[in-house]
Amino acid sequence: MNTSENNTGLSEANLRRIEQLKAHYQNPQSVLLEALWMWQGEHGWISEEGMRYVANLVGAPHHHVLGVVTFYTMFNRKPVGRHKLEVCTNVSCMLRNSERLLNHLEARLQIKTGETTPDNRFTLVEAECLGSCGTAPAMQVGDRYYENLDTAKVDKILDELK
Amino acid sequence: MEPLLLPPIPDYHRIEVYEAHDGYAMLKKALAMKPVEITNEVKASKLRGRGGACFPTGLKWSFMPRESAKPKYLCVNGDESEPGTFKDRQIFECNPHQLIEGTIIACYAMGIKAAYLYVRGEYKHWIDIVQKAVDDAYAHGYIGQNILGSGFSTEFTVHRGAGAYICGEESSLMNSVEGERGYPRVKPPFPAQNGLWGCPTTINNVETIANIPVILRIGAVAYSKIGAERHPGPILVGVSGHVNKPGVYEMPTGVPLLEIINTYAGGVPGNKKIKAVIPGGSSTMVLRGDALDGVCMDAESLKAAGSAVGTAGVIVMDEDTDLVKVLWRIARFYHHESCGQCTPCREGTGWMEKILKRFVDNNGSYADIDLLRDVANNIEGNTICALGDAAAWPVQSVIRTFRGEFERRVRG
Ligand SMILES: Cc1cc2nc3c(=O)[nH]c(=O)nc-3n(C[C@H](O)[C@H](O)[C@H](O)COP(=O)(O)O)c2cc1C
Ligand code: SF4
Ligand code: FES
Repeated sequence: MNTSENNTGLSEANLRRIEQLKAHYQNPQSVLLEALWMWQGEHGWISEEGMRYVANLVGAPHHHVLGVVTFYTMFNRKPVGRHKLEVCTNVSCMLRNSERLLNHLEARLQIKTGETTPDNRFTLVEAECLGSCGTAPAMQVGDRYYENLDTAKVDKILDELK
Repeated sequence: MEPLLLPPIPDYHRIEVYEAHDGYAMLKKALAMKPVEITNEVKASKLRGRGGACFPTGLKWSFMPRESAKPKYLCVNGDESEPGTFKDRQIFECNPHQLIEGTIIACYAMGIKAAYLYVRGEYKHWIDIVQKAVDDAYAHGYIGQNILGSGFSTEFTVHRGAGAYICGEESSLMNSVEGERGYPRVKPPFPAQNGLWGCPTTINNVETIANIPVILRIGAVAYSKIGAERHPGPILVGVSGHVNKPGVYEMPTGVPLLEIINTYAGGVPGNKKIKAVIPGGSSTMVLRGDALDGVCMDAESLKAAGSAVGTAGVIVMDEDTDLVKVLWRIARFYHHESCGQCTPCREGTGWMEKILKRFVDNNGSYADIDLLRDVANNIEGNTICALGDAAAWPVQSVIRTFRGEFERRVRG
């Protein structure tokens, strides 16, 4: 993830992709989610500036983009740690002890669920069902899934995530 | 039964391997048929949707206007966010080309020029797999202009969601494709008249569409003889919770739940008794573990047992499970995912979560049991979309069949 703050727009490659994608829909506004994904991918979270930029790009009013960003839970509306740990606590994971996992993470990172470590490395949140119920308990970090977790595995993953 | 949706062929997700096993042969066959013949074949197969409501697929297709001044659309629903459900992901990973082939056949049958595959945002890894398969299928001439020289053209776009269970609801999904918030629409009008951008639209689940090439390959009659008579075909059953071998299993419909749990999924760890089973994802009524005899994985049998097939996501809970806590977690999910348009759903899901939390904390009263039931009853049937019902059903069923669990909590 590129989180450089002086970078104000989207990359050339992403801009080209957006223009291509617009041709796939009756209304260019349909590329809004994809454009927001790109902004988050390049900047880590979706700022006011990001929303204005994307609004302009897809031809939607700013308040519309704001409404969309706040509706979908995967868009970060404030900066998050380098690694956002999203631990599923829904039923199938709960039955396989996700609660112990979450407690372990809180203790090890010395933060509560919803917080970010002071070194900005980890943000810890609870997730709804990730579609990994057959390999529960599961956690998502960025685009990656970690499954069949136990505390030892989680420790190892944390050591690897720099 | 030979696996028809998830054949155990190494690298089947790669286009060369898929082609080497007669992949896209059914697309060729379909393009030589009349569109209406395909819809009739799907009708005769008795395929019913695998997205939760078990609606007959051929009938749904026949609602689409034959002639239309406006373009027509297909949305393939891969939002897969129902707790306990993880089957479409298996199709993305192991058999994306069968999904693509089915999609193009469906488009041809209904005269559709553009299909959108909507996939939940969390599935980035699987989106990449499907996108690669789509790119390859374009390169091989199975999607795009003048497909296989037939004169028929259609486009295929993968659309990534961004975290919202409600976007699996069909009208919410269409709003999401339009770049809107995922608010469900009031029906009627139904999507076949007034769907995506106000145009005729059909929405089908990923697994439903993956069945289409199978129907053409083995024939509607043979297909209709697989499994349960009124709800036939292969079905992907995801088993999770307290079982030795959780996972997705392909089987004919109509297999007894106890066989699914004990044979396919290897039984309950420590040979414990089963306290309860959610048979079809968190939106279906909870069944008692001691009332599973003769209950099978098909629409009729599960309905008779007081529940539903839903997404065939079977969640197994052993005798030590804190069912009240499970129910609270489910209520919290629906409260979190309610889009807030309807008061009974927005407020009711919040109340149910709060009341259930009181029981979890051992602060619930006898009156709370009835209050909880009343809140659930007031949501059911009073909302724009079925999320409200989905939130009410597990609560209603647990109060009905496990009242003792609550009463024990009150007595402390
Ligand atoms: C709250 C809610 C969530 C839903 N989520 C999904 C989903 O993730 N995937 C799906 O295929 N259908 C889902 N559905 C059902 C769809 O509205 C629709 O019935 C289905 O996609 C139709 O496909 P089928 O006829 O092939 O089953 C959901 C329905 C509701 C009310
Ligand atoms: S029932 Fe709930 S989720 Fe569905 S439209 Fe109403 S408030 Fe939204
Ligand atoms: S309940 Fe955790 S992944 Fe489904």
